Amino acid sequence: MKTLQDTRYLFGRSMRHIQRSPDTIITVAIVPIALMLLFVYVFGGAIQAGTDDYVDYMLPGILLIAIASGISYTAVRIFTDTQAGIIARLHSMPVSRSAVLWAHVLTSQFSNAISVVVIVGVALLMGFRSSADVLAWLAVAGLLMLFTLVLTWLAVIRGLTASTIDGASAFAYPLIFLPFISSAFVPTDTMPTPVRVFAEHQPVTAIVDSIRALLDGRPVGSEIWVALAWCVGVGLVAYAFAMRAYRRTP
Amino acid sequence: MTASMPTAPDIAIRATGLTKSFKDAAVLRGVDLQVRRGEIFALLGSNGAGKTTTVNILSTLLAPDAGAAVVGGFDTAREPERVRETISLTGQFAAVDVILTGRENLVLVARLRGVPDPARVADDLLRRFGLHEAGDRRVGTWSGGMTRRLDIAMSLVGSPAVIFLDEPTTGLDPEGRREVWRTITELAGAGTTILLTTQYLEEAEHLADRIAVLHQGTILAEGTLAELKALLPPAEIEYVERQPTLEQVFLAVIGRRSHTPGRTPGSSSSGADEEVRP
Repeated sequence: MKTLQDTRYLFGRSMRHIQRSPDTIITVAIVPIALMLLFVYVFGGAIQAGTDDYVDYMLPGILLIAIASGISYTAVRIFTDTQAGIIARLHSMPVSRSAVLWAHVLTSQFSNAISVVVIVGVALLMGFRSSADVLAWLAVAGLLMLFTLVLTWLAVIRGLTASTIDGASAFAYPLIFLPFISSAFVPTDTMPTPVRVFAEHQPVTAIVDSIRALLDGRPVGSEIWVALAWCVGVGLVAYAFAMRAYRRTP
Repeated sequence: MTASMPTAPDIAIRATGLTKSFKDAAVLRGVDLQVRRGEIFALLGSNGAGKTTTVNILSTLLAPDAGAAVVGGFDTAREPERVRETISLTGQFAAVDVILTGRENLVLVARLRGVPDPARVADDLLRRFGLHEAGDRRVGTWSGGMTRRLDIAMSLVGSPAVIFLDEPTTGLDPEGRREVWRTITELAGAGTTILLTTQYLEEAEHLADRIAVLHQGTILAEGTLAELKALLPPAEIEYVERQPTLEQVFLAVIGRRSHTPGRTPGSSSSGADEEVRP
């Protein structure tokens, strides 16, 4: 009860941060939107993706890129709180320790959800259409939230252990790059074998394929289980390391 | 041995045999100290002496490798939650949220401490610390002295019985330091127990009822200022011409009065003062 209440107060605090610096959301949304414009209006005509509308094809990958860059702000927020002694102050108060962390996790979910909604809005303007029903949309939302949660725990580790603010945010770059070596923008068939093997066996491909199928209103195959297994597996490992780092935080 | 000893009701903080190492570096090598209820206790030491580590153990942020600490009647290892309800910690650097306003910082702490009527508590503290006008501006726009005062004000929410102040005046200008000193004196006057760490001899001398000298992880000496002075060879009286210190000049020029009784900046510049020299 006390934990829930503390989480609510601290979540309110970080949401106020986001309200006061909306650039954290705009910056997160602007790069994926630029990529989307670039891929659809510049490269799109030349890419043989096997769909009529390329924006439909690449939207899932764009959303994952947005989330991967969004969580670097989570790491920065946690890093700043640690450095400023705010975490220590809260830990010396009768405040639930887990509430301090969960407030950041919730903030991460919420701010990334806003970025995703903004990008989907722009995609709609660019001609994105989906035949998915409500259930499929809910499944897409659930997958994106799970992906956010997994990356958020990675961000927690970084935020707690980084020694500089750049170190706290830079860890997201490889994650942002991951969708490019996947089925997010082009089919994997044309890639040279080593790249293709990597692309087909990394989590982004399974997640992108699942979301694409759901948005197309097609039945989802085994890729959804692969996607879920990746998320749950990486998520649990990241959570364990995050909690270990948190226990060491005074 | 002493860990099982009952804590006398007039002892607010008792530490026995605290040791702590980080990797191979032994930071504390057996720290014992006792702070009486309502007194200002200064832990005096240079950088790296172990002051912050001691404060972190007493405020439940760190567990000692050995030894025990009882704060406000509760063991820090066995009942950390009860200790946290009793204390508040003002760390070495102002732990305030610079994106929130001063008022929002105070309201947040009041809510988390479960204090009734957080808005009124915040308002009272802003007035008391002369931060009322700035209260609705973001703390990021405040001066260092104001930020530190807010930091201390946040520690007073819920009127904790024991307050830890880790180097409360480091990095403040002389004016800011005097403001903090005044606040600390007022708090102790109201019955709060204060343990502060400092590397400034003058600060310990000015504020503390009792002083402990922490050096390389052990307490070398402890007592009142008079007791500590008695450890040295008897004083001899010397007459010296007293020049104003730069601090006194600075305060006189900007129109503030020095708070040291009987030593107003203007008057001592030409006269010869009696000074006690060891």
